[in-house]
Amino acid sequence: MKTFKTVVFIGLFLISGFAGATALSSYTFKDKAEEQEFRELTAKIRCLVCQNQSLADSDAELANDLRREVYTLWNEQKSEDEIVDFLVSRYGDFVLYDPPFKPSTYILWFGPFILLVIGAYVLSRALKTKAEDEEAELTEEEQQRLKSLLDDNNDNQEPTR
Amino acid sequence: MIPEIGHFALVLAMCLAIAQAIFPLIGTLNNTPSWAGLARPLAWGQAFFLTIAFAALTYAFQVDDFSVRYVASNSNTLLPNIYKISAVWGAHEGSLLLWAFFLGIWGAAIAILSKSLTQEVVSRVLAVMGMINTGFLAFMLFTSNPFERLFQIPAEGRDLNPLLQDIGLALHPPTLYLGYVGFSVAFGFAIAALIGGRLDASWARWSRPWTTAAWVWLTLGITIGSWWAYYELGWGGWWFWDPVENASFMPWIAGTALMHSLAVTEKRGAFRSWTLMLAILAFSLCLLGTFLVRSGVLTSVHAFASDPARGIFILIFLLVVIGGSLALYAWRAPTIFSGGRFNLVSRESFLLGNNLLLTVFCFLVLFGTLAPLVYDALEWGKISVGFPWFNKMFLMVTPFLAVLIGFGPLMRWKQTDPAWLMKKLRVAMIISVIIGLIAFIPSISKGSLLVPLGMFLMAWIITSHITAIIDRLKHKQGISHLFADMAGKGRSYYGMMLAHMGVAMFILGAAMVSHHGVEQDLRMSPGESAEIGAYRFRFDGVIGAPGPNYTANQGKFTIFLDDAQVAVLEPQKRTYLAQGRPMTEAAIDWGFTRDLYVSLGEPLGGGDWSMRLYYKPFVRWIWIGGLAMALGGIICISDRRYRTKKQKSPQLAQTDAANTLATENS
Amino acid sequence: MSDTKPTPNRTRYLIPLFVFLIMAGFLLKGLFMDPRHIPSVLINKPAPEFNLPTLYNPEKLISKADMKGKVWMLNVWASWCVACRAEHQVLNTIADMGIVDIVGLDYKDEPADGKRWLQQLGNPYKEVLVDKSGRTGIDLGVYGVPESFLIDGEGVIRHKFTGPLYYPDIKDVLIPKLNEIKGMAK
Repeated sequence: MKTFKTVVFIGLFLISGFAGATALSSYTFKDKAEEQEFRELTAKIRCLVCQNQSLADSDAELANDLRREVYTLWNEQKSEDEIVDFLVSRYGDFVLYDPPFKPSTYILWFGPFILLVIGAYVLSRALKTKAEDEEAELTEEEQQRLKSLLDDNNDNQEPTR
Repeated sequence: MIPEIGHFALVLAMCLAIAQAIFPLIGTLNNTPSWAGLARPLAWGQAFFLTIAFAALTYAFQVDDFSVRYVASNSNTLLPNIYKISAVWGAHEGSLLLWAFFLGIWGAAIAILSKSLTQEVVSRVLAVMGMINTGFLAFMLFTSNPFERLFQIPAEGRDLNPLLQDIGLALHPPTLYLGYVGFSVAFGFAIAALIGGRLDASWARWSRPWTTAAWVWLTLGITIGSWWAYYELGWGGWWFWDPVENASFMPWIAGTALMHSLAVTEKRGAFRSWTLMLAILAFSLCLLGTFLVRSGVLTSVHAFASDPARGIFILIFLLVVIGGSLALYAWRAPTIFSGGRFNLVSRESFLLGNNLLLTVFCFLVLFGTLAPLVYDALEWGKISVGFPWFNKMFLMVTPFLAVLIGFGPLMRWKQTDPAWLMKKLRVAMIISVIIGLIAFIPSISKGSLLVPLGMFLMAWIITSHITAIIDRLKHKQGISHLFADMAGKGRSYYGMMLAHMGVAMFILGAAMVSHHGVEQDLRMSPGESAEIGAYRFRFDGVIGAPGPNYTANQGKFTIFLDDAQVAVLEPQKRTYLAQGRPMTEAAIDWGFTRDLYVSLGEPLGGGDWSMRLYYKPFVRWIWIGGLAMALGGIICISDRRYRTKKQKSPQLAQTDAANTLATENS
Repeated sequence: MSDTKPTPNRTRYLIPLFVFLIMAGFLLKGLFMDPRHIPSVLINKPAPEFNLPTLYNPEKLISKADMKGKVWMLNVWASWCVACRAEHQVLNTIADMGIVDIVGLDYKDEPADGKRWLQQLGNPYKEVLVDKSGRTGIDLGVYGVPESFLIDGEGVIRHKFTGPLYYPDIKDVLIPKLNEIKGMAK
């Protein structure tokens, strides 16, 4: 089983070396802008066979089929949401390259902001403490330094030119 | 016979590793100098046996010894000789051997180059490396033996994966692994400090060049990996936020933070807990990466074949090393006081901000990489976290970092007058803003905010650093003394400059290629042309082109710019003979301002082919930036102060200087 | 100076260890999960509508409605699929045992190849449908071959096998699931 999985895995990996016959090349669009939009849409969808490639890049058989479906829906003037819905209702959230925005994934979307805020808070706390310590200690330290400087001066008279 | 020698060498190396892990460490704790003194000889011994093992496997590949399972799985009689060498580390078992081999090499390097360190520190660092090597060797010997034999010897090997038959494989894993292993040295220093309970400026001074060296290798490894993926995979992409890529990027981020934190610890004695934590974090992420790649826990186009049994072994290893070090940190770090007061506006505070931003970013990447696993484990559904999410996070954090970089060189330690700072940087700021505004022109910005932002940041880094150099030279002896300053004591300053410029170069490349790149997926007939950006690509048909171990269809493209011929590209579609595996070999006309890239697809009948054509402006600057960063690091390491002889204590050194001065002047 | 301050809060330093242990827990769980496995989102949802020709009689169309009334298994296979070969013996056994009707879906295949394949390996199917374009496969959320679905009398998908069926699955999964479905129907 392990060897089989390895073989399948490598095989799938290598299928990505193919450029599929039904790549974007065979789809026609009204204009460049529309083609770009289509490409951006397919870039947001995950290829389920070569799982770390988007539908735009992957050349797997299933990717070809799914692109064809998306193209058909696209030509039927379906909105992006409807197309995405079509895929998600069949394959689940996994088919989206970005995690969907729902309660279970709030943490993924808000998490970074929260982390940045925590980071900023830590930073400001650390800087404030350092500055406070600085002010409290400085006079004492200054006095110490002054004293030792005076002592040094008396002890180590460096010859001057 | 040779494979058995290699196998035996591994066993001996492991015995030595165990000894190296135990005796020197106990020797330093018990104050038994003879035991502590074993560290260096044991490190030499390990390096010796690991070299033998590595040589044995290389030999097996060279002579096509298919009785060794690993060779049979990854090689072939028709495989060109140079790839027989790189095939040694082309798959799981061999790459582990590479890890262990490099651990041996770095250990030997420490044994040689540690004259200025105390025996205590050397013994502890080498002991830690011994522990790590024990883990890797045990992993190999018990679960992934590269010298395992086949009793039915196949007549022919299965061949190396065609994608790996490339110079990229020769360079990428070795540089990357040198980086990973290098961070084990920084890790060793941290553990040594925690055990000894002492962390002073000399510790930071010792640890800095080693850490920077590791970082340099890792930077090179990632840069080469990105470049390799770009031309090898045929999609023109240079970074995919693939889990395995993230596994190499996270240690790099932590390592960058560590390098900067070490600077503060060396110069000002501050950030000690931070530095220790980052050293542990960086190496832990290296180990975590090893786990992720080999355990099958995450999907990746990049991972080695997976096996839960191996995964469990590595996980236990992680628990021991990372868990142990974090426990040691929790126990000992509170007793290590951090000195050094500093003002709100000072180099320290900005570097603290730098530390925090990098750490946050590192955790974000970790978060995103592991999220699918976490969601699946908690049965919250199967989600994917892909390129778009990571990109957004990257763009949220890095602009702030880029801004901080600009301030860095001019800031003074402990206290910098904000008014003075702003006055100095006023010109740089104005120029940068102007450039940013110019970049708003639609033909430059292509409708995206990111291009002006990128241009602003790039200009900011460059102008602020030039300002800093001018300011520095004014205080030295004038601008004409630039080269003298560079060659002399100021070397690490210029290393920093170059590395930061590397960041600016990277921003240029990434911003431009992401928004100005043109990609077309086409079906073309021979003689047909296509417009890609300002260029015209003419398809001139396909001919056959056999190779040493493959047959190929080779396409010809002539590219014109305004009717002047600019390039001829010959991409190939190869079929490797051993396994009939297909592969695309893209053709690239590279340049400093743009790459022209063609990738051949499938024959569609009637001489027509499908293909992908790309115009990639400034893409090379991404990797030039990476190289600049690495070179900057190398320049920093070459600074003379790291090559002093055995350190006396600082007071003694000062008295020496005073005495010399006294005698000179009397 | 700082010696007069009390030892900083020690628990703060335990946080990294704590976070790591939690992460290690997830990694451990992860070792026993398959990241490539995509669970079906159609469980307990109505099977998609289909109207497909059969392999041996292309004029005859079979739709979802034709299958109402009984619990049945839909097996997605293809003559170009290596794993399907091994699975086929298991399917033959299931057919011989008569525990459930199996309907085959020849996925993205040439009918001639499909027929030849069944001739070589046996035909456990009550009917064989042909999905040349793969559209029905997409509707079912098929992403690899073979896959099998258990569909109840109302046309609702109750279970999905991703990957080939093995002999132990008959006793361990198939029969209990069938009982469960029939029990729910009552």
